Amino acid sequence: MIVPYFIIIPLLAAFLITLISSDDDRWAIVISILAVIILGILSVIGFISVSKEAIVYSMGGWKIPYTVCLVLDPFSSFMLFIIPLIGLAALLYSISYIRHLSKSWKYYALFMLLITGMNGVVITGDLFNLFIFMEVALFAAYSLVAYGGKAEEFEASFKYAVMGSISSSLILIGIGLTYSITSTLTLAKIAEVLPGQNPVVVNWIGAIFLAGFGLKAAIMPFHAWLPDAHSSAPAPISSMLSGVLIKALGIYVLIRLFYNVFGLPKIFSDIFLVLGGISIICASLLAISQWDFKRLLAYSSISQIGFILLALGIGTRMAVFGAIFHILNHAIFKSLLFFNAGTVEMALGTRDLRKMGKLGKVLPITSTTSMIATLSVSGLPPFNGFFSKMIIIIAAIQAGFFQSAIVAVIGSVLTLGYFLKVQRHGFHGEKEFNEITNVPSTGMRTAMIILAILCVCSSVLIIPGIKDVVFDPVIDTIINKTEYIQLVLGR
Amino acid sequence: MKQSDGMTVIVKTITRMSVWLIILYGIYIILHGHLTPGGGFAGGVIIALAFLNVMLAYGRKYTEQWLNVRIMYDLVSTGAILFLIIGIFGIALKGSFLANILDLGELFKLESAGVIPIIDIFIGVIVSMGLFVMVWTLAVFHLEDGGEE
Amino acid sequence: MIIYLLCFILFLVGLYGVLTKRNLIKIILSLSIMEYSANLFLVLFGYKRDALFPILEKGKEIQSMVDPLPQALVLTSIVIELGITAMLVALAVRLYQKYKTFDITKIRRLSG
Repeated sequence: MIVPYFIIIPLLAAFLITLISSDDDRWAIVISILAVIILGILSVIGFISVSKEAIVYSMGGWKIPYTVCLVLDPFSSFMLFIIPLIGLAALLYSISYIRHLSKSWKYYALFMLLITGMNGVVITGDLFNLFIFMEVALFAAYSLVAYGGKAEEFEASFKYAVMGSISSSLILIGIGLTYSITSTLTLAKIAEVLPGQNPVVVNWIGAIFLAGFGLKAAIMPFHAWLPDAHSSAPAPISSMLSGVLIKALGIYVLIRLFYNVFGLPKIFSDIFLVLGGISIICASLLAISQWDFKRLLAYSSISQIGFILLALGIGTRMAVFGAIFHILNHAIFKSLLFFNAGTVEMALGTRDLRKMGKLGKVLPITSTTSMIATLSVSGLPPFNGFFSKMIIIIAAIQAGFFQSAIVAVIGSVLTLGYFLKVQRHGFHGEKEFNEITNVPSTGMRTAMIILAILCVCSSVLIIPGIKDVVFDPVIDTIINKTEYIQLVLGR
Repeated sequence: MKQSDGMTVIVKTITRMSVWLIILYGIYIILHGHLTPGGGFAGGVIIALAFLNVMLAYGRKYTEQWLNVRIMYDLVSTGAILFLIIGIFGIALKGSFLANILDLGELFKLESAGVIPIIDIFIGVIVSMGLFVMVWTLAVFHLEDGGEE
Repeated sequence: MIIYLLCFILFLVGLYGVLTKRNLIKIILSLSIMEYSANLFLVLFGYKRDALFPILEKGKEIQSMVDPLPQALVLTSIVIELGITAMLVALAVRLYQKYKTFDITKIRRLSG
């Protein structure tokens, strides 16, 4: 019975940190890293044990429709693995980065709350419980965006909080509508009852949820908060937000709701295709004109989320494989790029690409890892980004969506374009630097090296034997929509 | 009159007379959470409002002497940890988080409903201390401090 | 049906406030109005005409009651909104410290 510990451990860690730390942050670091490592091990155990049969856990010992249930199936345990993976890298990176901003245990407590919220969203099988954990994660995210204490950060956090609250109200109304027509809040039960209902109402509910969770995922018409929030936050938090939060709160919930609960009606797969295409092209074009390193990365996140959404709109087995593979890959390389940006900002005190220059001599590891991440994000073999984008494009061609395939190809070329700009001006410019004030510490370098190695290593997952073990159970959960109902309700 | 001196003597007297009554009412609401409307959150808010009443009437300086705000911060986390421990006991004894581990007792009695009154008490501690600390933290901000440029 | 419409109008009032007001505090108040209308919406779904409050009492027969689940959901969401509102107020105070104003047209160091 490992399921409830995914929520208990980070929550306990958060409150223990607030209780035992006075001024020092040493215990906070130890506890949070320990908690994240335990979560990672638990998620691996969970993934192995659920590959045959998923675990359904009901809280308080009550029967399913009357209680909140937690569902650990291959897809949720896949997400549960990504969260502590990026979380561990971000924590290693934060040790000296956060001391450089302001030394406090509060950061680690909020970080643990962020992980609690994301784990809860991923593991829960109840619609309202999902809402609660989403608010926990968002609350921590608002505070962490403003952690640095500069004027821009408060401004970005306020903007994020206002837009997040609007979408939360929309989601709450959607939950109310769902409850009014299905008389239940358990996702599986809703999926069972929903096909018999009036399709107009069902489509309206879907539209409300798409707007609400689309804002959390920063899909193109709802993206306005992301460039501010992700570029203003401290670098490890940017990597957590861009790498994991928008996927756990946005994409994961969209997949769960629209695939497993609504059964992906045609109208929504079309909307996914269109919104995904818009996100890819518009965000790439916006990214090209940016000179702020982190802002460029933030726009790039929107464009990569567009790739995932496009693949979800295609909806074939191969496309879903591309989507979840891209979730993993984007988490890895985008976190790495944000770490690079944070290191450069700490060393030179600027995020402006025009003020950066030849950094290969003074920041060798940052320069090398940023090159690996760049090649990865722009989709060059043998790095992981190439494979997931290739799979998405091939899936689009196979399913006959030629426009989408063309959009994806154009998007990849644009991505290569703006990342060449980063490399050209940011890391191989004319300006020479001989010495810098803040050298990156061991923890920061370790985090970057680990993620750079993962950028190469995760392309191994494409090899058929390994893919069958890792991805096939996940794809099966997403594609077989009715299986989720049977699994939770036990028929 | 300076801001930290609080309000007039009428308000101070009424507050002095009523604050313990309000706290008692909050405790009543918390303890009867499983029988009547209310419970941990509602009662906790009432207790927090009693403390805030003192803060408004007497000013921050007096309240800081009367209450140990430092301990209140710690009580919030203690309450949350105790709540989680009750839940983990449920896993250990009954195999499910927050499962009932105590005797259910008789209906409509105060000492009934298993672990729910205990959980209510912990929630009451978290909410009362948390809400007070929250408003306190907002109150000690100085609008003119900390500006840039 | 008219009551749902009124509830929706309340939501729109809040949305209008968020979109058009320039003062940070007024934006926070408008957000609260929006969230309250969402809560009201949930409670209305559980309402049943001529039904009793869903509390068991000594000597009371079990009869037609309103649905207690939306009320429980609303209580939870009120707690969440309390936290978010306090967070927003704290952010507004810190923004005032930095910019010496609550006017959002003057708070725009981030652009684009």
